[in-house]
Amino acid sequence: MSSHSTAENYQGPPHVHHMDAPTAYSAAKLGMWLFLATEILLFGGLFAAFALFRWMYLEAFEHASQQLAWGWGALNTLVLLFSSFTAAMAVEAAQKGNNQRVFRLLAITIGCGFIFLIIKFIEYRAKYVHGIWPSSAEWNDPQFNAHYKSFFGLYFCMTGLHALHVILGMGLLAWALRKARVNRYSKEYYTPVEVGALYWHLVDLIWIYLFPLLYLVGHPSWHTPFGH
Amino acid sequence: MSHSHSDSHGQGLGHIVPASIFKKVFATLVFLTIVTVAVSLVDLGSMNIVVAMLVASCKALLVALFFMHLKYENPLTWVYAFFPILLLATLLGGVFIDNPMRHAPAPLSAPAK
Amino acid sequence: MSDTQHNTQGDYLHNPSGLWSWVTTTDHKRIGLMYLFTILLFFFVAGISALIMRTELAHAGPDFLKAQQYNVLFTLHGALMIFLFIVPGIPATLGNFLIPLMIGAKDVAFPRLNLLSYYIYVIGAIIAVIAVIPPVETLSFLKSLGFTGPADTGWTFYAPYSLDTGAAIPWMVFAAFVLGFSSILTGLNFIVTIHKLRAPGMTWDRLPVFIWGSYATAVIQTLATPVVGITLLLVIMERLMGVGIFDAKLGGDPVLYEHMFWFYSHPVVYIMVLPAFGIVGEIIPVFSRKPLFGYKMVCYASLAIAIVGFFVWAHHMFVAGISDFSAIAFSVITFGVAVPTAVKVFNWVSTMYKGSISFTTPMLYAMGFVFLFMVAGTTGIFLATLAVDVFYHDTYFVVAHFHYTIQGGAVIGLMAGLHFWFPKITGKMYNELAGKIGWVLVFAGFNLTFIPQFILGMEGMPRRYFDYLPQFQPMHMLSTVGSFINGFGYTFALLNLFYAAMFSKVKAPANPWNSLSLEWKTASPPITENFAETPIVTEGTYNYGRPVEGLAH
Repeated sequence: MSSHSTAENYQGPPHVHHMDAPTAYSAAKLGMWLFLATEILLFGGLFAAFALFRWMYLEAFEHASQQLAWGWGALNTLVLLFSSFTAAMAVEAAQKGNNQRVFRLLAITIGCGFIFLIIKFIEYRAKYVHGIWPSSAEWNDPQFNAHYKSFFGLYFCMTGLHALHVILGMGLLAWALRKARVNRYSKEYYTPVEVGALYWHLVDLIWIYLFPLLYLVGHPSWHTPFGH
Repeated sequence: MSHSHSDSHGQGLGHIVPASIFKKVFATLVFLTIVTVAVSLVDLGSMNIVVAMLVASCKALLVALFFMHLKYENPLTWVYAFFPILLLATLLGGVFIDNPMRHAPAPLSAPAK
Repeated sequence: MSDTQHNTQGDYLHNPSGLWSWVTTTDHKRIGLMYLFTILLFFFVAGISALIMRTELAHAGPDFLKAQQYNVLFTLHGALMIFLFIVPGIPATLGNFLIPLMIGAKDVAFPRLNLLSYYIYVIGAIIAVIAVIPPVETLSFLKSLGFTGPADTGWTFYAPYSLDTGAAIPWMVFAAFVLGFSSILTGLNFIVTIHKLRAPGMTWDRLPVFIWGSYATAVIQTLATPVVGITLLLVIMERLMGVGIFDAKLGGDPVLYEHMFWFYSHPVVYIMVLPAFGIVGEIIPVFSRKPLFGYKMVCYASLAIAIVGFFVWAHHMFVAGISDFSAIAFSVITFGVAVPTAVKVFNWVSTMYKGSISFTTPMLYAMGFVFLFMVAGTTGIFLATLAVDVFYHDTYFVVAHFHYTIQGGAVIGLMAGLHFWFPKITGKMYNELAGKIGWVLVFAGFNLTFIPQFILGMEGMPRRYFDYLPQFQPMHMLSTVGSFINGFGYTFALLNLFYAAMFSKVKAPANPWNSLSLEWKTASPPITENFAETPIVTEGTYNYGRPVEGLAH
């Protein structure tokens, strides 16, 4: 599976010894869809736990949810939706062999990933300052609401795992972007852009559920979009 | 090697979704995000989570169908896109027919009657 | 890379040559062999730990182990056997070797991913091994890294034991997580391979049943493993960060751990045994010289078992305090698994009926498998029955039942497959008489070990106890004697194969068993690219008993 991508002119799909190019393309895509299925179930365990504890400790969960800054969450939702949009456009550009456009669109997508992480960092920091942080002194204080340990425990696990996936997705897109730089894509070969974008959309999909579940269903206040 | 399976296309690789569709989908997604935030600021009691999850599922479906090209994929991809969701529903079902339906055992010192 | 790499017609064992070409290989056949040696190493270690336990249990009363050491040993035995040996046991070894050959492909869909999954397995194995090292002075630096002693919770890592023990649980479950990731990548690779790389004419209704079994297995590997992955990560988070998920002290729910754990770990028994079903389905028609009876039903039954297997997990939790309704529901659904499983047994037996049976070693293992799995299945029905399980739960009856499924099913299936495909893998023939002696030892030793354990369980002997009441003495003694015969049998049988692979002068023909499936149509051992030219399939795999061209006489 060698791709000597030095030439600027057209190369066609990379040669693979054990299958032809259309098979390689559809195999890569099926492989990515299967991987996404595993990701859904990986997060699924967290969603199941969240559903159960929300049912068990409804009041505490709603109260805890109000301490999250839904304004930042909404902004991050828009950032990720936009990045998903540019990733989808990048696939279309790649399918038409427009490598420059692929490069630009993927760069925007990765940039959105950075913005997402920065906003997430601002949110985490606000929580850290208030002592809502696993194993902080406040957290380990017996006075600390035990059900907060479930809510914020899940909050940090879910958003932390999601942020990890954002980083992985950015890496995957950066790999796809590098090939656009050397004009690797044509209508016969654009697999990296497509599988990279698929992965990125999943990151978006998970966030589409995380945002309302964590930030919105606890009756947030209009007056404090960015926290207290 | 494509002889034996019907799920590969004759020529070209995948379906090209025009950019105009992506723009419309993106606009709808932004609109739905505003809707879900707006609704959450109104206290609907236990209906809030129902609305929030319905809107989220609409958004997720839009992303999957158009951004991820699922609408143009073969049945096999559909199976592997939705089977994990079925399994997740199973896990949730298994957890929720257990915990909420448990009842505390009768106290040992209950008076015999 | 040397020029020999381009010699795709040479045999895969020697072409290309050199150690480096092995550790960097993307050839599915070599990766399968690398897996085989690695898992057999852990089979040996975990087997030894079982024998140490059986020695302690030969007599009532503490002999040479302390209770805590016993806890560590049964955890070690379970965790190594499950995560390091039998989950990758058949799929990663014979599955890797055979799937491309059987469907007429040159390799799996993602050869580099295949190699990556092997090394992820190795990393997971190394972490697991370090995590079970007892704390000693000379290795005190390990302690500061969180390796605080071998796990003592049982392989299930139930909360709250796993949250409260001082042992190195975070590392141990992290090892299981890494191993699970390797398993996911293997399963994903196989699903894509079977969908996309079948040779022309190899339609789904011509696929060998081993492929159907491996496909069903791969679905479970891919879709069940992530749930246990996140569960184990949550255990780590709970231990290190004090988040409240499974620990009742922190507001968590320990039963939720069991739900999420068994959501994977019940289907995982089908990861172990479905490929073994496939192996037996390949062997029985060949040595009965009859078409596989009810081929389609055998195939659909594999998928049915895989799917129904996802809906029965809480039958492991009948006494964990789950609601009455869910206990009844899961009990009823569990009976459903018996249907496709019984269909398979009927099909194997019907295939042998009036067949021209030759009792070769692989056939003996396959027939032994059918018998042992029958015992496993029928005792499984007892345990699925809610009212009965309340008494049998956590007794030796359960221990015996799952050893019949996992050892009597998966391991015997693996042994059958190793003997059957040995000529293809190595290009040599093993000593048939020694193979049969090995089978007798394994089969007799196995039954002598575990039949007494059924009786012990019915009498009330609880599992995971290092001591017992004097009335259990005779059965424990029998079981210990059996376990040593069993262990000796495996050693003997595997050494016979190893000896033949290294030193045998008897070259295997391309198709020593006169089988009709594709892997026998290439040389023994196969060439690097599997087939000189892509085969074209024109008929099903099991047309035995009819005049067929090209068979040796």
